[in-house]
Amino acid sequence: MSDSPATVVHGEAHAGHNPALLHHFATEEQQRDSASFGMWIFLATEVMFFGGLFCAYLIYRRWYFGDFGAASKSINAALGATNTAVLICSSLTVVLAIWAAQTSRRALMIVMLILTMLFGVAFLGIKGIEYKDKFDEHHVPGPSFSFSNVPIPGHPNQYANPQHAQIFFALYFVMTGLHALHMVIGLGIFAWLLWMAWKGRFTPEYHTPLEIGGLYWHFVDIVWIYLFPLLYLIDRHP
Amino acid sequence: MSDHSKSSPLATYFAVWGALLVGTFLTYEAALLDLGRYNAAVALIIATTKALLVVLFFMHLKGASEKLLKLVVASTIFFLILLLALSMFDYGTRSFS
Amino acid sequence: MATATIAPPVEREDYLNKHYGAGSWLFTTDHKRIALLYLASITFFFFIGGFFALLIRLELLTPASDLVQADTYNKLFTQHGMVMVFFFLIPSIPAVLGNFLVPMMIGAKDLAFPKINLLSWYLYIIGGAMMLHCMLTGGVDTGWTFYTPFSTAFTNTKIVEAGLAIFVAGFSSILTGLNFVVTIHRMRAPGMTWSRLPLFIWAHYATSIIQILGTPVIAITIVLVAVERTLHLGIFDPKLGGDPLLFQHLFWFYSHPAVYIMILPSMGIVSEIIACFSRKRIFGYSFVALSSIAIAVFGFLVWAHHMFVAGISVYAALVFSLLSYSVAVPSAVKVFNWTATLYKGSIRYDAPMLYAFGFLGLFTIGGLTGLFLAALGIDVHVTDTYFVVAHFHYIMVGGALMGYLGGMHFWWPKISGRLYPEGWARLAALIVFIGFNLTFFPQFLLGYLGMPRRYADYSHMPEFQILNVFSTAGSTVLGIGYLLPMIYFLWSMRYGKPAPDNPWNAAGLEWKTQSPPTTYNFEEEPVVTWEAYNYDEIDARRPDEEAPSVG
Repeated sequence: MSDSPATVVHGEAHAGHNPALLHHFATEEQQRDSASFGMWIFLATEVMFFGGLFCAYLIYRRWYFGDFGAASKSINAALGATNTAVLICSSLTVVLAIWAAQTSRRALMIVMLILTMLFGVAFLGIKGIEYKDKFDEHHVPGPSFSFSNVPIPGHPNQYANPQHAQIFFALYFVMTGLHALHMVIGLGIFAWLLWMAWKGRFTPEYHTPLEIGGLYWHFVDIVWIYLFPLLYLIDRHP
Repeated sequence: MSDHSKSSPLATYFAVWGALLVGTFLTYEAALLDLGRYNAAVALIIATTKALLVVLFFMHLKGASEKLLKLVVASTIFFLILLLALSMFDYGTRSFS
Repeated sequence: MATATIAPPVEREDYLNKHYGAGSWLFTTDHKRIALLYLASITFFFFIGGFFALLIRLELLTPASDLVQADTYNKLFTQHGMVMVFFFLIPSIPAVLGNFLVPMMIGAKDLAFPKINLLSWYLYIIGGAMMLHCMLTGGVDTGWTFYTPFSTAFTNTKIVEAGLAIFVAGFSSILTGLNFVVTIHRMRAPGMTWSRLPLFIWAHYATSIIQILGTPVIAITIVLVAVERTLHLGIFDPKLGGDPLLFQHLFWFYSHPAVYIMILPSMGIVSEIIACFSRKRIFGYSFVALSSIAIAVFGFLVWAHHMFVAGISVYAALVFSLLSYSVAVPSAVKVFNWTATLYKGSIRYDAPMLYAFGFLGLFTIGGLTGLFLAALGIDVHVTDTYFVVAHFHYIMVGGALMGYLGGMHFWWPKISGRLYPEGWARLAALIVFIGFNLTFFPQFLLGYLGMPRRYADYSHMPEFQILNVFSTAGSTVLGIGYLLPMIYFLWSMRYGKPAPDNPWNAAGLEWKTQSPPTTYNFEEEPVVTWEAYNYDEIDARRPDEEAPSVG
């Protein structure tokens, strides 16, 4: 999120300080702390951004618990759980990449960054499968939405209200869609980090972009950690 | 990020990773049990534990030298809960649906 | 005031003349140039919003809807509101004076993230262009509050485009706030402890907290409205199982704290001006500083006071009413402390101080009427009437805008290196004050007597015409009062007297730089060893004695 020190054009070679140090900072530590702090604050805005969706979700889940339970049961919890595991592994590879940078293990760092991206792509692929399933079942909100004769979990004689189910699916698609968008952006960020790592820009003393990219990635993981139980596991017990 | 002389951050990372996977498994299994109104609570407690593990260990909040970052995280959570709680208070006390 | 040396006639290098050409402005990362880019942009949007206001007031001269039809009138007040709120008031002080002064006041060379600062301006321009395009190709008619389900299911105006414009501008606001918080934490000069910070900085810090935590919520609300409108979903539509009040909760969760984004920076300016023109330290410095934070925090607790009659539960209404009373306390703390600062001060009535005095009176009235509105019994009677309109214009125009104008005058010599003509400035301040009260005081009466807001046609209540005529007449006077500073500020850039480095002999690190400052503000990093507002020390120095050097 902060200025990329790698792209700053540094006019004269200043003796005695890292060329990555930007002019308006007094020390590298100040620059690094500022970048990190800036990313944490940006993540705070992201929490509030998703927070509005969680607010809408909570209210309607309470109002239409049965209908939401029915709708939730129709999405694939096994795929959701798999995706959760995929993201957890990708968070591990991120911290390992940073550790590798800290201990001058360039090859390991690059491998870990690539793995992180592969996990991210896998996540999106699985998500794509889920979305396709929903599309095939006419569960995508809009003109072709249909959710008739689906029993409410625990009440086999009651059918879910399709309008209320549509609200669930609207929230499902907006929340997971927004999350997926953040994943795509994250992949872009990591592609750039991978490029910088390949070019040898990271050292044990300087790998700030890795750290703040990592913070972003972990945040995206945390959002999913909440989305999974809330969307996939509303009312699953037999 | 300060390089504290942790004995081995690797051990912590793998332990957290393992805990997160176990947590995911537990969430899935617990959802299949009939705990009544506690299903939601259990799911959220596990999710929050997992989130805390990520924040504290993967995002290095635990080792942060200043309290500032912890204050940022705490304030953010506070305001989010404010949004959720005060809205729910309205919905929860309406006499009409 | 102790004499300050007149600027030497030689042309010194400063941030304005260092580089020339459009590229040096459009690709600058100098916080001072970005501040001026913002100044030009927000002034442009101010006049757009003012133009809509003029049309509104012209329509309301007569009870019948004869100048414009209701559909058009709806667009007028909607666009007046959207432009003024999102493209003028929210950015104005932070993006102009905040950008310019925050680094200088803390002794830094620039903000923490200069490129993000420039990005923030570009986002503002893009959002502004989108909003302009939207207005020129049909506009929106939902009110600036774009309540559902009208905005999602019924209106055929360009909600999605307007919403996206606001979304983009909101991102600009978030980035400004982020930049300020990191800068204030990380880039203070040695010796600039928290308790030595100017209250302007405390105010902008508090404002930034609101920008960071609140803006994302309206952002997601806009996303939901856009999705709902495009796909005909039912998230907010009662016919499809949705709740219109959910929209209002999410909307006001941001939009109430947003009004504190508008007023807090202005309060920061007032602290600076009152201290300087009373030659005294602000009374109760720590209370004023902490009250800014308190306003920011409490401001998030009160949003549903905009929804008392919308259908929230009566218990929620009680709680939010009580909480709304609490948020008045820190504001009152400030007013009392400013007044106490004036007491036994050595008062000067230069133009900035006139605006500060105007602020004190008008903000107090606006704030008190806010308390009236927070009382459920009164609110039921006056909600959605001109009483509310008068209340928020007293705060936003009588408060925020007066503070902004005061600040522009106070720091103009620093920003431009020129002195504005003091006589004209005092006259303009007086005209603004008179015009403002003539415009908006009648609206309290109108509201209390029952005139609803957002009505083009009030011919079933023709007795309201006389007060509306006063109000429109006042708005003309007010308009003249706003045009004057535009004219003489521009005039001064070419013909004004060169300003000394510290024409007001004011405290604050920004005054220890050149007027106008160099690109990096300070030649050497300042080291602060004195308390804020050390006017007793400043005035005790003999005129020829050198101030402590900061390089």
